[in-house]
Amino acid sequence: MGIENYAETKFYKLNEPIALKCGKSLENIQIAYQTYGKLNDNKDNAILVLHALTGSAHAAFINKKTNKKGWWDDMIGPNKAFDTNKFFIISTNVLGGCYGTTGPTSINPKTNKPYALDFPVVTIEDMVNVQKKLIDYFGIKKLIVAGGSMGGMQALEWSISYPENVKSTILIATAARLNAQSIAFNAVARNAILTDKNFNNGNYYKKEPPASGLAIARMVGHITYLCEEAMYKKFGREFKETPSFDFGIDFQVESYLEHQGRIFVDRFDANSYLYITKALDYYDPIKTHGSLENALKNSQSNFLIISFSTDWLFTTAQSKQIVSTLIKLNKNVSFVELESKCGHDAFLLEFEKQTKIIKSFLGE
Amino acid sequence: MTTKEFNLNYKIVCSLISNNSRVLDLGCGDGKLLKILKNEKNVKGLGVEINQDSVLEALQKGLNIVQGDLDKGLEEFQDKSFDFAILNQTLQSTKNPEFVIYEMLRVAKKCIVSFPNFAYWKVRFYLFLKGKMPKSKVLPYEWYDTPNVHLLTISDFFEFCKKRNISIEKSVYLTKRKSRSGFLIRNIANFFSEEAIFVISKN
Repeated sequence: MGIENYAETKFYKLNEPIALKCGKSLENIQIAYQTYGKLNDNKDNAILVLHALTGSAHAAFINKKTNKKGWWDDMIGPNKAFDTNKFFIISTNVLGGCYGTTGPTSINPKTNKPYALDFPVVTIEDMVNVQKKLIDYFGIKKLIVAGGSMGGMQALEWSISYPENVKSTILIATAARLNAQSIAFNAVARNAILTDKNFNNGNYYKKEPPASGLAIARMVGHITYLCEEAMYKKFGREFKETPSFDFGIDFQVESYLEHQGRIFVDRFDANSYLYITKALDYYDPIKTHGSLENALKNSQSNFLIISFSTDWLFTTAQSKQIVSTLIKLNKNVSFVELESKCGHDAFLLEFEKQTKIIKSFLGE
Repeated sequence: MTTKEFNLNYKIVCSLISNNSRVLDLGCGDGKLLKILKNEKNVKGLGVEINQDSVLEALQKGLNIVQGDLDKGLEEFQDKSFDFAILNQTLQSTKNPEFVIYEMLRVAKKCIVSFPNFAYWKVRFYLFLKGKMPKSKVLPYEWYDTPNVHLLTISDFFEFCKKRNISIEKSVYLTKRKSRSGFLIRNIANFFSEEAIFVISKN
Protein backbone atom coordinates (compact mmCIF):
# COMPACT_ATOMS: atom_id res chain seq x y z
CA MET A 1 0.00 0.00 0.00
CA GLY A 2 1.45 3.33 -1.01
CA ILE A 3 -0.51 5.63 1.22
CA GLU A 4 -1.72 4.34 4.56
CA ASN A 5 -5.46 4.16 4.88
CA TYR A 6 -6.69 5.51 8.17
CA ALA A 7 -9.83 4.41 9.92
CA GLU A 8 -12.33 6.93 11.11
CA THR A 9 -15.24 6.21 13.44
CA LYS A 10 -18.42 8.11 12.66
CA PHE A 11 -21.68 8.22 14.54
CA TYR A 12 -25.27 8.02 13.38
CA LYS A 13 -28.08 8.95 15.74
CA LEU A 14 -31.48 7.33 15.35
CA ASN A 15 -34.43 9.72 15.46
CA GLU A 16 -36.92 7.15 16.67
CA PRO A 17 -36.87 4.70 19.53
CA ILE A 18 -36.35 1.04 18.67
CA ALA A 19 -38.74 -1.61 19.97
CA LEU A 20 -36.63 -4.37 21.47
CA LYS A 21 -37.36 -8.08 21.55
CA CYS A 22 -37.55 -8.01 25.34
CA GLY A 23 -40.62 -5.76 25.09
CA LYS A 24 -38.93 -2.52 26.11
CA SER A 25 -38.03 0.30 23.77
CA LEU A 26 -34.79 2.19 23.61
CA GLU A 27 -34.41 5.87 22.73
CA ASN A 28 -31.51 8.03 21.59
CA ILE A 29 -29.63 5.18 20.01
CA GLN A 30 -26.28 6.07 18.51
CA ILE A 31 -24.44 3.79 16.12
CA ALA A 32 -20.66 3.91 15.84
CA TYR A 33 -19.55 2.91 12.36
CA GLN A 34 -16.68 3.00 9.92
CA THR A 35 -16.69 2.70 6.16
CA TYR A 36 -14.00 1.70 3.68
CA GLY A 37 -14.17 2.17 -0.08
CA LYS A 38 -16.81 4.11 -1.96
CA LEU A 39 -20.53 3.60 -2.33
CA ASN A 40 -21.32 3.56 -6.05
CA ASP A 41 -24.11 5.57 -7.69
CA ASN A 42 -26.45 2.58 -7.84
CA LYS A 43 -25.76 1.97 -4.16
CA ASP A 44 -25.45 -1.73 -4.85
CA ASN A 45 -21.83 -2.44 -3.87
CA ALA A 46 -22.19 -2.40 -0.08
CA ILE A 47 -20.94 -5.08 2.25
CA LEU A 48 -21.86 -4.94 5.91
CA VAL A 49 -19.25 -6.73 8.00
CA LEU A 50 -20.34 -7.79 11.45
CA HIS A 51 -18.07 -8.22 14.41
CA ALA A 52 -17.80 -10.98 16.98
CA LEU A 53 -18.26 -10.82 20.76
CA THR A 54 -15.72 -8.15 21.68
CA GLY A 55 -15.14 -6.41 18.36
CA SER A 56 -15.70 -2.81 17.39
CA ALA A 57 -16.56 -0.79 14.31
CA HIS A 58 -12.83 -0.62 13.62
CA ALA A 59 -12.67 -3.56 11.23
CA ALA A 60 -10.00 -2.32 8.86
CA PHE A 61 -7.32 0.26 8.20
CA ILE A 62 -5.20 1.93 10.85
CA ASN A 63 -6.37 3.88 13.85
CA LYS A 64 -4.34 7.08 13.70
CA LYS A 65 -4.15 7.49 17.46
CA THR A 66 -3.28 3.97 18.55
CA ASN A 67 -1.59 2.94 15.27
CA LYS A 68 -3.52 -0.33 15.51
CA LYS A 69 -5.04 -2.24 12.61
CA GLY A 70 -8.72 -3.20 12.54
CA TRP A 71 -9.83 -6.67 13.65
CA TRP A 72 -10.35 -7.84 10.06
CA ASP A 73 -7.70 -5.72 8.37
CA ASP A 74 -6.25 -8.84 6.74
CA MET A 75 -9.56 -9.31 4.94
CA ILE A 76 -10.68 -5.77 4.15
CA GLY A 77 -8.73 -3.38 1.92
CA PRO A 78 -7.57 -2.84 -1.66
CA ASN A 79 -7.46 -6.23 -3.46
CA LYS A 80 -8.21 -8.10 -0.25
CA ALA A 81 -11.09 -10.56 0.28
CA PHE A 82 -13.44 -7.62 0.73
CA ASP A 83 -11.91 -5.42 -1.92
CA THR A 84 -12.30 -1.72 -1.11
CA ASN A 85 -11.55 -0.89 -4.76
CA LYS A 86 -14.83 -2.56 -5.66
CA PHE A 87 -16.97 -2.58 -2.57
CA PHE A 88 -18.21 -0.12 0.01
CA ILE A 89 -17.61 -1.81 3.34
CA ILE A 90 -19.58 -0.78 6.39
CA SER A 91 -18.72 -1.91 9.89
CA THR A 92 -20.69 -1.01 12.99
CA ASN A 93 -20.30 -1.59 16.70
CA VAL A 94 -23.19 -3.72 18.01
CA LEU A 95 -26.00 -2.48 20.20
CA GLY A 96 -24.98 -3.14 23.81
CA GLY A 97 -21.31 -2.77 22.91
CA CYS A 98 -18.79 -0.43 24.48
CA TYR A 99 -17.12 1.05 21.42
CA GLY A 100 -19.40 3.94 20.65
CA THR A 101 -22.75 2.35 19.93
CA THR A 102 -25.34 2.75 22.68
CA GLY A 103 -24.82 0.22 25.45
CA PRO A 104 -24.66 -0.10 29.23
CA THR A 105 -21.80 2.43 29.40
CA SER A 106 -23.90 5.09 27.62
CA ILE A 107 -25.63 7.84 29.55
CA ASN A 108 -29.24 7.09 30.39
CA PRO A 109 -31.08 10.33 29.51
CA LYS A 110 -33.51 9.70 32.36
CA THR A 111 -30.86 9.61 35.07
CA ASN A 112 -27.89 11.34 33.42
CA LYS A 113 -25.78 8.40 34.60
CA PRO A 114 -24.53 5.38 32.72
CA TYR A 115 -27.27 2.82 32.14
CA ALA A 116 -25.27 0.01 33.74
CA LEU A 117 -27.78 -2.79 34.42
CA ASP A 118 -30.74 -0.51 33.67
CA PHE A 119 -29.85 -1.06 30.04
CA PRO A 120 -32.45 -3.38 28.53
CA VAL A 121 -31.38 -6.89 27.54
CA VAL A 122 -30.69 -6.77 23.82
CA THR A 123 -30.72 -9.59 21.27
CA ILE A 124 -29.03 -10.35 17.96
CA GLU A 125 -32.31 -9.35 16.30
CA ASP A 126 -32.17 -5.94 18.01
CA MET A 127 -28.56 -5.43 16.90
CA VAL A 128 -29.60 -6.16 13.31
CA ASN A 129 -32.65 -3.87 13.47
CA VAL A 130 -30.40 -1.02 14.57
CA GLN A 131 -27.90 -1.75 11.78
CA LYS A 132 -30.79 -1.66 9.31
CA LYS A 133 -31.44 1.96 10.23
CA LEU A 134 -27.89 2.87 9.26
CA ILE A 135 -28.23 0.97 5.97
CA ASP A 136 -31.47 2.88 5.29
CA TYR A 137 -29.68 6.12 6.06
CA PHE A 138 -27.18 5.31 3.30
CA GLY A 139 -30.09 4.56 0.96
CA ILE A 140 -28.85 1.02 0.36
CA LYS A 141 -31.55 -1.38 -0.78
CA LYS A 142 -29.49 -4.52 -1.49
CA LEU A 143 -26.35 -5.52 0.30
CA ILE A 144 -23.97 -8.31 1.14
CA VAL A 145 -23.60 -9.27 4.81
CA ALA A 146 -20.60 -11.09 6.25
CA GLY A 147 -19.40 -12.07 9.67
CA GLY A 148 -17.67 -14.65 11.79
CA SER A 149 -18.79 -16.16 15.09
CA MET A 150 -21.38 -13.79 16.61
CA GLY A 151 -20.93 -11.68 13.46
CA GLY A 152 -22.12 -14.71 11.50
CA MET A 153 -25.22 -14.90 13.66
CA GLN A 154 -25.97 -11.28 12.83
CA ALA A 155 -25.42 -11.98 9.14
CA LEU A 156 -27.77 -14.95 9.35
CA GLU A 157 -30.34 -12.81 11.14
CA TRP A 158 -30.05 -10.18 8.41
CA SER A 159 -31.08 -12.75 5.81
CA ILE A 160 -33.95 -13.86 8.07
CA SER A 161 -35.23 -10.42 9.13
CA TYR A 162 -34.59 -8.59 5.86
CA PRO A 163 -34.82 -11.26 3.17
CA GLU A 164 -35.50 -8.77 0.39
CA ASN A 165 -32.44 -6.67 1.21
CA VAL A 166 -29.72 -9.28 1.42
CA LYS A 167 -28.27 -10.53 -1.87
CA SER A 168 -25.38 -12.51 -0.42
CA THR A 169 -24.64 -13.84 3.03
CA ILE A 170 -21.23 -14.99 4.19
CA LEU A 171 -21.30 -17.00 7.40
CA ILE A 172 -17.96 -17.90 8.93
CA ALA A 173 -17.32 -20.12 11.96
CA THR A 174 -20.85 -19.62 13.14
CA ALA A 175 -24.07 -21.41 14.03
CA ALA A 176 -27.80 -20.81 14.04
CA ARG A 177 -27.65 -21.05 17.82
CA LEU A 178 -25.15 -21.87 20.53
CA ASN A 179 -25.04 -25.38 21.89
CA ALA A 180 -25.39 -26.04 25.63
CA GLN A 181 -21.61 -26.30 26.02
CA SER A 182 -21.06 -22.79 24.67
CA ILE A 183 -23.85 -21.37 26.83
CA ALA A 184 -22.18 -23.05 29.80
CA PHE A 185 -18.90 -21.26 29.11
CA ASN A 186 -20.73 -17.94 28.84
CA ALA A 187 -22.46 -18.69 32.14
CA VAL A 188 -19.09 -19.20 33.84
CA ALA A 189 -17.84 -15.95 32.32
CA ARG A 190 -20.85 -14.00 33.54
CA ASN A 191 -20.60 -15.54 36.98
CA ALA A 192 -17.00 -14.42 37.25
CA ILE A 193 -18.13 -10.84 36.60
CA LEU A 194 -21.29 -10.95 38.70
CA THR A 195 -19.44 -12.26 41.76
CA ASP A 196 -16.49 -9.89 41.54
CA LYS A 197 -16.31 -7.84 44.75
CA ASN A 198 -16.17 -4.64 42.72
CA PHE A 199 -19.15 -5.44 40.52
CA ASN A 200 -21.59 -3.52 42.75
CA ASN A 201 -24.63 -4.57 40.72
CA GLY A 202 -23.12 -3.02 37.61
CA ASN A 203 -22.59 0.42 39.19
CA TYR A 204 -18.84 0.52 39.09
CA TYR A 205 -18.34 3.45 36.74
CA LYS A 206 -15.99 6.05 38.24
CA LYS A 207 -14.99 3.37 40.77
CA GLU A 208 -12.83 0.26 40.67
CA PRO A 209 -14.19 -1.94 37.87
CA PRO A 210 -14.72 -5.70 38.36
CA ALA A 211 -11.39 -6.31 36.70
CA SER A 212 -10.62 -9.76 38.04
CA GLY A 213 -14.09 -11.03 37.12
CA LEU A 214 -13.82 -9.64 33.61
CA ALA A 215 -10.31 -11.03 33.24
CA ILE A 216 -11.50 -14.51 34.25
CA ALA A 217 -14.38 -14.17 31.78
CA ARG A 218 -11.86 -13.41 29.07
CA MET A 219 -9.65 -16.33 30.11
CA VAL A 220 -12.59 -18.68 29.77
CA GLY A 221 -13.30 -17.16 26.39
CA HIS A 222 -9.76 -17.68 25.19
CA ILE A 223 -9.86 -21.35 26.12
CA THR A 224 -12.86 -21.75 23.85
CA TYR A 225 -11.24 -19.84 20.97
CA LEU A 226 -8.30 -22.24 20.85
CA CYS A 227 -8.24 -25.99 20.56
CA GLU A 228 -6.11 -28.67 22.15
CA GLU A 229 -3.85 -28.77 19.10
CA ALA A 230 -3.38 -25.01 19.05
CA MET A 231 -2.65 -24.94 22.76
CA TYR A 232 -0.15 -27.76 22.40
CA LYS A 233 1.56 -25.95 19.54
CA LYS A 234 1.59 -22.61 21.33
CA PHE A 235 2.45 -23.69 24.87
CA GLY A 236 2.73 -27.43 25.28
CA ARG A 237 3.41 -28.10 28.97
CA GLU A 238 6.20 -25.53 28.98
CA PHE A 239 6.98 -23.69 32.17
CA LYS A 240 7.63 -19.97 32.20
CA GLU A 241 10.76 -20.65 34.23
CA THR A 242 11.02 -23.44 36.77
CA PRO A 243 8.20 -24.82 38.94
CA SER A 244 7.56 -22.32 41.73
CA PHE A 245 5.92 -24.77 44.14
CA ASP A 246 3.36 -22.14 44.97
CA PHE A 247 0.19 -20.99 43.22
CA GLY A 248 1.70 -18.32 41.03
CA ILE A 249 1.84 -18.50 37.27
CA ASP A 250 3.92 -21.52 36.36
CA PHE A 251 2.90 -22.69 32.93
CA GLN A 252 3.14 -20.79 29.66
CA VAL A 253 -0.55 -21.42 29.04
CA GLU A 254 -1.36 -19.82 32.42
CA SER A 255 0.78 -16.86 31.55
CA TYR A 256 -0.98 -16.48 28.20
CA LEU A 257 -4.44 -16.54 29.76
CA GLU A 258 -3.39 -14.14 32.49
CA HIS A 259 -2.00 -11.75 29.88
CA GLN A 260 -5.14 -11.96 27.72
CA GLY A 261 -7.30 -11.33 30.78
CA ARG A 262 -5.23 -8.38 31.92
CA ILE A 263 -5.11 -6.53 28.59
CA PHE A 264 -8.82 -7.15 28.01
CA VAL A 265 -9.82 -5.31 31.17
CA ASP A 266 -8.33 -2.11 29.74
CA ARG A 267 -10.33 -2.33 26.58
CA PHE A 268 -13.71 -3.79 27.46
CA ASP A 269 -16.61 -3.09 29.77
CA ALA A 270 -17.85 -5.81 32.11
CA ASN A 271 -21.52 -4.89 31.75
CA SER A 272 -21.20 -4.98 27.96
CA TYR A 273 -19.71 -8.45 28.30
CA LEU A 274 -22.77 -9.56 30.25
CA TYR A 275 -25.19 -8.11 27.71
CA ILE A 276 -23.47 -9.38 24.61
CA THR A 277 -22.92 -12.92 25.89
CA LYS A 278 -26.59 -12.96 26.85
CA ALA A 279 -27.54 -11.92 23.33
CA LEU A 280 -25.40 -14.79 22.02
CA ASP A 281 -27.05 -17.28 24.36
CA TYR A 282 -30.57 -16.14 23.55
CA TYR A 283 -30.19 -16.20 19.80
CA ASP A 284 -32.24 -19.06 18.45
CA PRO A 285 -34.06 -18.52 15.14
CA ILE A 286 -35.07 -22.17 15.23
CA LYS A 287 -37.15 -21.54 18.33
CA THR A 288 -38.27 -18.06 17.23
CA HIS A 289 -39.56 -19.24 13.85
CA GLY A 290 -40.47 -22.83 14.65
CA SER A 291 -37.70 -24.17 12.43
CA LEU A 292 -34.66 -22.89 10.61
CA GLU A 293 -36.44 -23.76 7.38
CA ASN A 294 -39.29 -21.48 8.31
CA ALA A 295 -36.86 -18.75 9.35
CA LEU A 296 -35.01 -18.79 6.04
CA LYS A 297 -37.79 -19.62 3.61
CA ASN A 298 -38.21 -16.07 2.30
CA SER A 299 -34.51 -15.38 1.90
CA GLN A 300 -33.41 -14.24 -1.54
CA SER A 301 -29.75 -14.47 -0.67
CA ASN A 302 -26.90 -16.60 -1.95
CA PHE A 303 -25.00 -18.16 0.89
CA LEU A 304 -21.36 -18.95 1.48
CA ILE A 305 -20.69 -20.88 4.64
CA ILE A 306 -17.20 -21.56 5.98
CA SER A 307 -16.30 -23.66 9.00
CA PHE A 308 -12.95 -24.69 10.47
CA SER A 309 -11.94 -28.26 11.19
CA THR A 310 -10.72 -27.71 14.76
CA ASP A 311 -13.40 -25.22 15.84
CA TRP A 312 -15.32 -26.86 18.67
CA LEU A 313 -17.13 -23.69 19.78
CA PHE A 314 -18.94 -23.26 16.48
CA THR A 315 -18.64 -26.68 14.90
CA THR A 316 -18.72 -27.85 11.31
CA ALA A 317 -21.84 -29.85 12.20
CA GLN A 318 -23.57 -26.61 13.21
CA SER A 319 -22.58 -24.97 9.91
CA LYS A 320 -23.85 -28.02 8.06
CA GLN A 321 -27.20 -27.66 9.76
CA ILE A 322 -27.59 -24.29 8.04
CA VAL A 323 -26.25 -25.70 4.76
CA SER A 324 -28.67 -28.59 4.89
CA THR A 325 -31.63 -26.29 5.55
CA LEU A 326 -30.68 -24.04 2.65
CA ILE A 327 -30.31 -27.02 0.31
CA LYS A 328 -33.72 -28.23 1.41
CA LEU A 329 -35.13 -24.79 0.61
CA ASN A 330 -33.47 -24.89 -2.81
CA LYS A 331 -31.41 -21.76 -2.07
CA ASN A 332 -28.01 -21.09 -3.58
CA VAL A 333 -25.47 -22.28 -1.06
CA SER A 334 -21.80 -23.17 -1.03
CA PHE A 335 -19.98 -24.65 1.91
CA VAL A 336 -16.30 -25.13 2.69
CA GLU A 337 -14.73 -26.67 5.76
CA LEU A 338 -11.20 -25.29 6.02
CA GLU A 339 -8.45 -27.35 7.58
CA SER A 340 -6.95 -25.36 10.41
CA LYS A 341 -5.08 -25.93 13.63
CA CYS A 342 -6.28 -22.69 15.18
CA GLY A 343 -9.67 -23.66 16.63
CA HIS A 344 -12.38 -20.99 16.58
CA ASP A 345 -9.75 -18.24 16.29
CA ALA A 346 -9.12 -19.46 12.75
CA PHE A 347 -11.66 -17.04 11.30
CA LEU A 348 -9.42 -14.16 12.37
CA LEU A 349 -6.16 -15.89 11.44
CA GLU A 350 -6.59 -18.07 8.35
CA PHE A 351 -7.15 -15.15 6.05
CA GLU A 352 -5.32 -16.49 2.98
CA LYS A 353 -7.65 -19.44 2.53
CA GLN A 354 -10.71 -17.39 3.36
CA THR A 355 -9.65 -14.70 0.91
CA LYS A 356 -9.51 -17.16 -1.98
CA ILE A 357 -12.92 -18.56 -1.14
CA ILE A 358 -14.61 -15.23 -0.56
CA LYS A 359 -13.15 -13.70 -3.71
CA SER A 360 -14.37 -16.68 -5.72
CA PHE A 361 -17.80 -16.41 -4.15
CA LEU A 362 -18.04 -12.67 -4.76
CA GLY A 363 -17.19 -13.35 -8.39
CA GLU A 364 -13.68 -12.13 -8.91
CA MET B 1 -8.08 -38.51 -20.40
CA THR B 2 -7.83 -36.42 -23.52
CA THR B 3 -10.10 -33.48 -24.15
CA LYS B 4 -11.98 -35.40 -26.83
CA GLU B 5 -12.83 -38.26 -24.51
CA PHE B 6 -13.83 -35.80 -21.82
CA ASN B 7 -16.14 -34.12 -24.26
CA LEU B 8 -17.76 -37.41 -25.25
CA ASN B 9 -18.38 -38.35 -21.64
CA TYR B 10 -19.79 -34.91 -20.84
CA LYS B 11 -21.85 -34.90 -24.02
CA ILE B 12 -23.48 -38.19 -23.11
CA VAL B 13 -24.11 -37.28 -19.48
CA CYS B 14 -25.52 -33.98 -20.68
CA SER B 15 -27.89 -35.75 -23.07
CA LEU B 16 -29.23 -37.88 -20.23
CA ILE B 17 -30.26 -34.88 -18.13
CA SER B 18 -33.57 -33.10 -18.68
CA ASN B 19 -33.83 -29.35 -18.99
CA ASN B 20 -34.38 -27.26 -15.85
CA SER B 21 -33.87 -30.23 -13.55
CA ARG B 22 -32.27 -30.24 -10.12
CA VAL B 23 -28.90 -31.90 -10.34
CA LEU B 24 -26.48 -33.07 -7.68
CA ASP B 25 -22.98 -33.79 -9.00
CA LEU B 26 -21.13 -36.01 -6.57
CA GLY B 27 -17.38 -35.75 -6.76
CA CYS B 28 -17.80 -32.85 -9.15
CA GLY B 29 -14.12 -31.89 -9.19
CA ASP B 30 -13.59 -28.38 -10.53
CA GLY B 31 -17.21 -28.22 -11.70
CA LYS B 32 -16.64 -28.49 -15.48
CA LEU B 33 -19.58 -30.82 -16.02
CA LEU B 34 -21.91 -28.82 -13.77
CA LYS B 35 -21.01 -25.65 -15.63
CA ILE B 36 -21.84 -27.34 -18.94
CA LEU B 37 -25.14 -28.60 -17.53
CA LYS B 38 -25.96 -25.14 -16.25
CA ASN B 39 -25.27 -23.58 -19.64
CA GLU B 40 -26.74 -26.30 -21.86
CA LYS B 41 -29.63 -27.60 -19.79
CA ASN B 42 -30.34 -24.71 -17.46
CA VAL B 43 -30.15 -27.04 -14.48
CA LYS B 44 -30.22 -25.95 -10.85
CA GLY B 45 -26.98 -27.61 -9.91
CA LEU B 46 -25.11 -28.39 -6.74
CA GLY B 47 -21.73 -30.06 -6.52
CA VAL B 48 -20.14 -32.09 -3.76
CA GLU B 49 -16.37 -32.32 -3.73
CA ILE B 50 -13.82 -33.35 -1.14
CA ASN B 51 -10.72 -31.65 -2.58
CA GLN B 52 -10.39 -28.05 -1.41
CA ASP B 53 -8.55 -26.76 -4.48
CA SER B 54 -11.24 -28.21 -6.72
CA VAL B 55 -13.92 -26.63 -4.53
CA LEU B 56 -12.23 -23.26 -5.07
CA GLU B 57 -12.11 -23.74 -8.84
CA ALA B 58 -15.78 -24.64 -8.87
CA LEU B 59 -16.63 -21.60 -6.77
CA GLN B 60 -14.76 -19.44 -9.27
CA LYS B 61 -17.09 -20.78 -11.97
CA GLY B 62 -19.99 -19.34 -10.01
CA LEU B 63 -21.31 -22.76 -9.02
CA ASN B 64 -22.94 -23.86 -5.81
CA ILE B 65 -20.63 -26.32 -4.21
CA VAL B 66 -20.57 -28.08 -0.88
CA GLN B 67 -17.36 -29.57 0.40
CA GLY B 68 -17.93 -33.07 1.63
CA ASP B 69 -16.83 -36.68 1.70
CA LEU B 70 -19.14 -39.00 -0.22
CA ASP B 71 -18.03 -41.93 1.88
CA LYS B 72 -19.54 -40.23 4.92
CA GLY B 73 -22.94 -40.14 3.27
CA LEU B 74 -25.26 -37.40 2.09
CA GLU B 75 -27.00 -36.55 5.32
CA GLU B 76 -27.46 -32.89 4.34
CA PHE B 77 -29.75 -33.96 1.54
CA GLN B 78 -33.41 -34.89 1.78
CA ASP B 79 -34.92 -37.99 0.19
CA LYS B 80 -35.63 -37.60 -3.52
CA SER B 81 -34.79 -33.89 -3.39
CA PHE B 82 -32.93 -33.97 -6.72
CA ASP B 83 -34.07 -35.04 -10.17
CA PHE B 84 -30.61 -36.39 -10.94
CA ALA B 85 -27.55 -37.34 -8.98
CA ILE B 86 -24.36 -37.82 -10.98
CA LEU B 87 -21.40 -39.97 -9.98
CA ASN B 88 -19.10 -39.42 -12.93
CA GLN B 89 -15.87 -41.44 -12.93
CA THR B 90 -15.93 -41.45 -9.15
CA LEU B 91 -17.52 -44.75 -8.08
CA GLN B 92 -14.24 -46.65 -8.38
CA SER B 93 -12.52 -44.26 -5.98
CA THR B 94 -15.08 -44.37 -3.17
CA LYS B 95 -14.24 -46.41 -0.09
CA ASN B 96 -17.74 -47.80 0.22
CA PRO B 97 -19.35 -47.85 -3.23
CA GLU B 98 -22.47 -49.68 -2.09
CA PHE B 99 -23.22 -47.07 0.57
CA VAL B 100 -22.55 -44.20 -1.86
CA ILE B 101 -24.91 -45.68 -4.44
CA TYR B 102 -27.62 -46.25 -1.85
CA GLU B 103 -27.23 -42.67 -0.66
CA MET B 104 -27.50 -41.23 -4.16
CA LEU B 105 -30.51 -43.38 -4.91
CA ARG B 106 -32.06 -42.05 -1.74
CA VAL B 107 -31.58 -38.35 -2.55
CA ALA B 108 -32.28 -38.41 -6.30
CA LYS B 109 -35.03 -39.78 -8.50
CA LYS B 110 -32.52 -40.91 -11.11
CA CYS B 111 -28.80 -41.50 -10.86
CA ILE B 112 -26.13 -41.38 -13.49
CA VAL B 113 -23.11 -43.52 -12.74
CA SER B 114 -20.06 -43.82 -14.94
CA PHE B 115 -16.80 -45.69 -14.47
CA PRO B 116 -13.86 -47.07 -16.42
CA ASN B 117 -14.51 -50.69 -17.40
CA PHE B 118 -11.80 -52.97 -16.03
CA ALA B 119 -12.88 -55.75 -18.42
CA TYR B 120 -12.05 -53.68 -21.51
CA TRP B 121 -10.05 -55.91 -23.84
CA LYS B 122 -6.95 -53.75 -23.71
CA VAL B 123 -6.99 -53.86 -19.92
CA ARG B 124 -7.41 -57.62 -20.01
CA PHE B 125 -4.52 -58.05 -22.43
CA TYR B 126 -2.33 -55.70 -20.43
CA LEU B 127 -2.75 -57.92 -17.39
CA PHE B 128 -2.60 -61.13 -19.44
CA LEU B 129 0.52 -60.26 -21.40
CA LYS B 130 2.45 -58.07 -18.99
CA GLY B 131 1.26 -59.63 -15.76
CA LYS B 132 1.12 -56.18 -14.21
CA MET B 133 -1.68 -53.94 -12.97
CA PRO B 134 -3.11 -52.34 -16.11
CA LYS B 135 -2.37 -48.73 -16.93
CA SER B 136 -3.94 -46.65 -19.66
CA LYS B 137 -5.12 -43.12 -20.34
CA VAL B 138 -8.28 -43.91 -18.40
CA LEU B 139 -6.36 -45.75 -15.69
CA PRO B 140 -3.17 -43.71 -15.43
CA TYR B 141 -2.15 -44.56 -11.86
CA GLU B 142 0.42 -46.89 -10.34
CA TRP B 143 -1.08 -49.65 -8.19
CA TYR B 144 0.48 -48.15 -5.06
CA ASP B 145 -0.66 -44.63 -5.73
CA THR B 146 -4.17 -44.74 -7.11
CA PRO B 147 -7.47 -43.29 -5.94
CA ASN B 148 -9.16 -46.20 -7.71
CA VAL B 149 -9.65 -48.59 -4.82
CA HIS B 150 -12.77 -50.30 -6.19
CA LEU B 151 -12.23 -50.96 -9.88
CA LEU B 152 -15.06 -52.86 -11.50
CA THR B 153 -16.42 -54.12 -14.79
CA ILE B 154 -19.68 -53.63 -16.65
CA SER B 155 -20.73 -57.18 -15.74
CA ASP B 156 -19.94 -56.52 -12.09
CA PHE B 157 -22.18 -53.48 -12.13
CA PHE B 158 -25.09 -55.38 -13.71
CA GLU B 159 -24.77 -58.08 -11.08
CA PHE B 160 -24.50 -55.49 -8.32
CA CYS B 161 -27.71 -53.76 -9.42
CA LYS B 162 -29.62 -56.99 -9.97
CA LYS B 163 -28.89 -58.27 -6.46
CA ARG B 164 -30.18 -55.03 -4.97
CA ASN B 165 -33.24 -54.55 -7.16
CA ILE B 166 -31.75 -51.39 -8.64
CA SER B 167 -33.17 -50.85 -12.09
CA ILE B 168 -30.87 -49.91 -14.93
CA GLU B 169 -32.87 -47.59 -17.14
CA LYS B 170 -30.21 -46.84 -19.70
CA SER B 171 -26.69 -47.93 -20.46
CA VAL B 172 -24.22 -46.23 -22.73
CA TYR B 173 -20.90 -47.83 -23.64
CA LEU B 174 -17.91 -45.84 -24.73
CA THR B 175 -14.80 -46.63 -26.65
CA LYS B 176 -12.28 -44.02 -27.63
CA ARG B 177 -14.48 -41.83 -29.76
CA LYS B 178 -17.73 -43.73 -30.04
CA SER B 179 -20.67 -44.39 -27.83
CA ARG B 180 -23.32 -47.08 -28.15
CA SER B 181 -26.57 -47.31 -26.29
CA GLY B 182 -27.63 -50.45 -24.51
CA PHE B 183 -28.55 -52.74 -27.41
CA LEU B 184 -25.29 -54.68 -27.28
CA ILE B 185 -25.03 -58.06 -25.72
CA ARG B 186 -23.66 -57.40 -22.28
CA ASN B 187 -20.58 -59.62 -22.58
CA ILE B 188 -19.61 -57.95 -25.81
CA ALA B 189 -20.06 -54.53 -24.26
CA ASN B 190 -18.00 -55.67 -21.33
CA PHE B 191 -15.19 -56.69 -23.68
CA PHE B 192 -15.18 -53.73 -26.05
CA SER B 193 -16.05 -50.74 -23.86
CA GLU B 194 -13.48 -48.61 -22.16
CA GLU B 195 -16.07 -46.82 -20.09
CA ALA B 196 -19.75 -47.19 -19.24
CA ILE B 197 -22.47 -44.75 -18.24
CA PHE B 198 -25.64 -45.98 -16.57
CA VAL B 199 -28.90 -44.39 -15.56
CA ILE B 200 -30.21 -46.18 -12.51
CA SER B 201 -33.12 -45.77 -10.15
CA LYS B 202 -34.76 -47.44 -7.18
CA ASN B 203 -38.14 -46.83 -5.67
